[in-house]
Amino acid sequence: MNNLTIQFLPYSELAYLSSYKRVKKLLDLINENKIVIVQGKLAPEEEADLIQETMKEISRSKQNKSRFRGIEITTLNPNLKNLGLFQGLKEKIASGFAGGRDIITIIGPAAIIKDIKKDPSKIELFLRK
Amino acid sequence: MAIKGIGDFFNKIFGNIFRYHKHVKLGFYGPPNAGKTTLANRIAKDWTGEEIGTVSKIPHETRDIQFKEKVDIKFDSKKATFKLIDTPGIATKIDYEEFLHYGLSTKEAKKRAKEATKGVIESIKWLDDMEAVIVVLDSTENPYNQVNVTIIGNLVARKIPVLIVGNKIDLRGANIKKIDAAFPEYDVVGISSKTGKNMEEFYEALFNLIKHV
Repeated sequence: MNNLTIQFLPYSELAYLSSYKRVKKLLDLINENKIVIVQGKLAPEEEADLIQETMKEISRSKQNKSRFRGIEITTLNPNLKNLGLFQGLKEKIASGFAGGRDIITIIGPAAIIKDIKKDPSKIELFLRK
Repeated sequence: MAIKGIGDFFNKIFGNIFRYHKHVKLGFYGPPNAGKTTLANRIAKDWTGEEIGTVSKIPHETRDIQFKEKVDIKFDSKKATFKLIDTPGIATKIDYEEFLHYGLSTKEAKKRAKEATKGVIESIKWLDDMEAVIVVLDSTENPYNQVNVTIIGNLVARKIPVLIVGNKIDLRGANIKKIDAAFPEYDVVGISSKTGKNMEEFYEALFNLIKHV
């Protein structure tokens, strides 16, 4: 891997899009082999849509060396590091895309990110050689 | 007073008999290779004598939704009828090369990968049809995985009751406390679907779960 692009998407760039466009925008950026850092998090239904679209994309992808293999995604909310994965987020589950300065989503192509290991307050990205 | 007493008596007797006799569509969800089919098989075998699907060490063995209808389960004085719905594991990535490490040919691996992508899509589509869900996690793996969060988040958003099962407690490295810490708002039961360890505790939790259906 010669270079790696990390793109930041502020809350304002995604908040006012429809769910469909939000998911499409993220997948388009991932298809450009970028790691995207999003200020905010997708609603669970949007995450499910993202997974479904990812599977369709894998299925469509030509099975060559540069094929699309899927995505790696994780969210981090530093204020919730000692709580469970859901505490404090329940209200946001129903309200769609959730923003705020605190919640961060990291998402990228599985062809670049081999694995993401997350503990409540720490994220480790393992990149492919 | 006497009439109320008689009413309470009948409620107690007949309520206990009929209260838990429900018909529940019970889904098994989770990441690949967590042991969803092994658990569904154990339940189906325990109560019908037949299994629901095949299991394998190769991920994405279950690539279609599998059913077992009319599974009558009794626990203590409670009884309920379940439709068991075993779903393909949900993942965010599928790479046919991973299957080559398990000895599959390139052709077999590509076919498996293609079928697995469809399986993931089907699993997500079926979420709306569930009345209660067992989320099966591998207790030797890190529970702080976005797929787990996505599955449970979607069930919560749909108001579907959830029981989390930490499977494979017979293996070294199993850590139920870590799953408990990750999902403190949910009931977590540690079991081994393979050996049957803690299945009594599982059935107790299952009947507590379906009170919310």
